[in-house]
Amino acid sequence: MAIKGAVVIDKERCKGCGVCITACPNSVLALSKNVNGKGYHYSEAIIDNCIGCTSCALVCPDGVITVYKVKL
Amino acid sequence: MFNPDIIKPENLVYEKTNVLTDAIMHYCPGCGHGTTHRIVAEVIEEMGIQDKAICIAPVGCSVLAYNYFNVDAIGAAHGRAPAIATAVQRMFPDRHTFTYQGDGDLAAIGTAETIHACNRGENIVIIFINNGIYGMTGGQMAPTTLLGMKTATSPYGRTVELNGYPLQITELLAELPGTYYITRQSVHTAAAVRKTKKAIRQAFENQKNKKGTSLVEVVSNCNSGWKMTPVEANKWMVENMFVKYPIGDIKVDGEKVKK
Repeated sequence: MAIKGAVVIDKERCKGCGVCITACPNSVLALSKNVNGKGYHYSEAIIDNCIGCTSCALVCPDGVITVYKVKL
Repeated sequence: MFNPDIIKPENLVYEKTNVLTDAIMHYCPGCGHGTTHRIVAEVIEEMGIQDKAICIAPVGCSVLAYNYFNVDAIGAAHGRAPAIATAVQRMFPDRHTFTYQGDGDLAAIGTAETIHACNRGENIVIIFINNGIYGMTGGQMAPTTLLGMKTATSPYGRTVELNGYPLQITELLAELPGTYYITRQSVHTAAAVRKTKKAIRQAFENQKNKKGTSLVEVVSNCNSGWKMTPVEANKWMVENMFVKYPIGDIKVDGEKVKK
């Protein structure tokens, strides 16, 4: 049984601290080259192997990450 | 990037709790305050005590905590949060009064209030953020600053001759008979966040059962004050802060934990 996850990041609230990037076990996240309205390089997903473990959302200081998970 | 079929309400496993408001927090990027706010809010939501919780905001970085917690709140004078909490909890014994304090507030200016509130065994929850520095005022030395640590007021590093030893106030409070539950946790990894949440839940449960004072210390980073990136600050915290402030329970059910 495969587990597939997805993260939705509220990029306007993200401050680009990078804590979620080190917390992710599958290296899904990275800082974007673009900036948001406040001038921060926000965090974004770069590959599609999220397992929905919620580690990134748990360590996010600003609570900007929403996690979805489905069993296929 | 992701399959849009996954992003549906029935597959949701984690989202920000409604006990936190939608206001964007003023904390620096990567600050442990935001994480701790969120866990406290999650515990309040899980226990269903949003209409019973009363937050006592301190002076310090978290002075604006009442903008973020969607519960009743009072702003206390610097260091006086445990005294205000004492009054509120005595007026409303069935409510859940908690203070949210930093190390400058709890361990420096408010030492007297903290020690006496804990000694009286007031039925309050104290959330204590220890980052070893005065963050809001620009990174000055706090009582909890480590030896050798450079701050704005100890530019050559803290020394014993001039500044004395770092104050381990949590261990000090564990000696008092009024305290029921004292623990030290952190919020730098997902596992640590889960443990901290469990500890905060325990503290609120103790309050519900009218057991006495519960204090949860959260060893946190202050990347602006320490002059590091958030990820470096977390690493530095593990290597240096955890040596002086070891993670773990100090007092459980009124009994000191034997090391």
